[in-house]
Amino acid sequence: MPAPWQGVVNKIDDYRWQIPPSYKTGMSVPGLIFASESMLSHIWQEQVFQQVANVAFLPGIVSYSLAMPDIHWGYGFPIGGVAATRIEDGVISPGGVGFDINCGVRLLRTNLTEEEVRPKIEPLVAELFINVPSGLGSEGKIRVSEKELDEVLVKGSRWALERGYGEADDIAVTEESGCLNGANPNKVSIKAKKRGIPQLGTLGSGNHFLEVEVVDEIYDRDAATAMGINDTGQVLLLIHTGSRGFGHEVCSDYVRLLGEAVKRYGISLPDRQLACAPVNSPEGQSYLQAMACAANYAWTNRQCIAHWARESFVKVFGKSQRELGMKQVYDVCHNIAKVEEHTVDGKKHTLCVHRKGATRAFPAGHPDVPEVYRGIGQPVLIPGDMGRCSYVALGTETAMKETFGSTCHGAGRIQSRSAAKRSLRGADVARTLAAKGITVKTGSISSLAEEASEAYKNVDEVVEVTHKAGISRKVVRAIPMGVIKG
Amino acid sequence: MEKEFEILDHTADVGIIAYGASVNQAFANAAKGLFSLITELDSIEELFQRDIELVAPDRESLLVEWLNELIYLFDVENVVFKRFDITELNDTRLKARSYGEKVDSSKHKLKMGVKAATYHMLKVDKTNGCKVQVLFDI
Repeated sequence: MPAPWQGVVNKIDDYRWQIPPSYKTGMSVPGLIFASESMLSHIWQEQVFQQVANVAFLPGIVSYSLAMPDIHWGYGFPIGGVAATRIEDGVISPGGVGFDINCGVRLLRTNLTEEEVRPKIEPLVAELFINVPSGLGSEGKIRVSEKELDEVLVKGSRWALERGYGEADDIAVTEESGCLNGANPNKVSIKAKKRGIPQLGTLGSGNHFLEVEVVDEIYDRDAATAMGINDTGQVLLLIHTGSRGFGHEVCSDYVRLLGEAVKRYGISLPDRQLACAPVNSPEGQSYLQAMACAANYAWTNRQCIAHWARESFVKVFGKSQRELGMKQVYDVCHNIAKVEEHTVDGKKHTLCVHRKGATRAFPAGHPDVPEVYRGIGQPVLIPGDMGRCSYVALGTETAMKETFGSTCHGAGRIQSRSAAKRSLRGADVARTLAAKGITVKTGSISSLAEEASEAYKNVDEVVEVTHKAGISRKVVRAIPMGVIKG
Repeated sequence: MEKEFEILDHTADVGIIAYGASVNQAFANAAKGLFSLITELDSIEELFQRDIELVAPDRESLLVEWLNELIYLFDVENVVFKRFDITELNDTRLKARSYGEKVDSSKHKLKMGVKAATYHMLKVDKTNGCKVQVLFDI
């Protein structure tokens, strides 16, 4: 294990901590970490601060290298990191997006109550498990040709909708309407396409999941109502997955290509995984075009999975989709780079905002917030671990001013996978969850230990920090009832 | 027998430190380490062989490329390997023959999805034989 971090952190207030640029020669901006004092003690043990400082080396970085409270040790960028770079003279870094491009979350509401679902949770989870391909090595039910895959990459969610997956309304309540502009399949390798074809419409493994959950707290009733969440006891469905092997290969390809570009452009970096190229260079533009393809693949994936999940509910409850009221609340990206307008020191700038394990959190009135939510702000979906809870929050003006409109994305790991496996057995984890009233189905019982509550920070504390710091505000909390783990 | 590889703890991901008397052997053991994360090496039989040839700008990149090629083959062709002969290796070029079989769910218990090998904490150390270190995104 690397040694604990020895640098200096300056307290700004109870939830903001600064790493001064004097910490490491080469930092062009300070680091800014959102965390409570008790959380810092854990972060301290890791190489997280070092990674926040390393990101501050990126040419053209503006204001701060930011870290959300769910931050943990990643590779290159920390997970929970946000960095904005100037378009004119800044860089784009594939490592600042991550391998699972547009890994994200989609939330659906239902008219069902806990009383109606609880007696049928076993058959419901079983049906979801059959209907949604999950786990390592699983293949999708959709078979696309290489030409059709190119259409997926360009159209995103709309491709799925045109083939009958999902509802027309889903698109408007998806970040970027489920399609990132500028996608160019010619910038994607044959290898990425070969990995992508069999995996379209699959949940994957690791921390990806489908969760049937029940609302247990409402903090802002008006905002919740606007999202179709009316009362505690209401049942929701949360989907967490991304761009699968397709995105992993796109990232690998471009970390390699941009690793060579770093030398050409004379960029000096403290970690090779931060490989980058000027946003406006041919290399940088090619990555953005390939990344958009992966983002669109991920939205198509979630669009198809949501469709099969809806079908499963229809089958188990014997009601139509309309009766079930399975409307999409929202769909957000957790790993992405976006070209956005932000005001820095009173001046408007076009920036490339990298969010790696972070969620866009735009405030009420922002033109990129869907019309239905423009009065309340953009919904932010924050899953916790499978034994605790998840949150729906809203973007704020403070986020716009301080974090380039970003907030946390989840709980954040505190324990390595192997440490979790050493201390816990998958079967025991399943029993503990069952005792809490949570039904779990997984293709790999042993890997369940890796995703146990003990391996994660408490999402309540993480969300509390973002709420108190004002970079997003809590609307709804929900607790899991049934979980499919890949 | 000398230790071939060990697993490196990391909060979100998993790394490998692999050893060898030569760089060739360390690269082969790193590949073994990778497949030990995916499934039980003992459950894999040597039913076919696969030749791989790669070029990269330097030795560290070559290690990442080598492991990423194996991850790709697992993902796309559904194959697992247990033995690796690195037949040619210099700073920019690698030739290898890998032995293994198609994934068979009745005998291979798949343990962990490995997304990619990263450049973070990447090391190829040639003092006292060879020791290589690589972190995977899980």
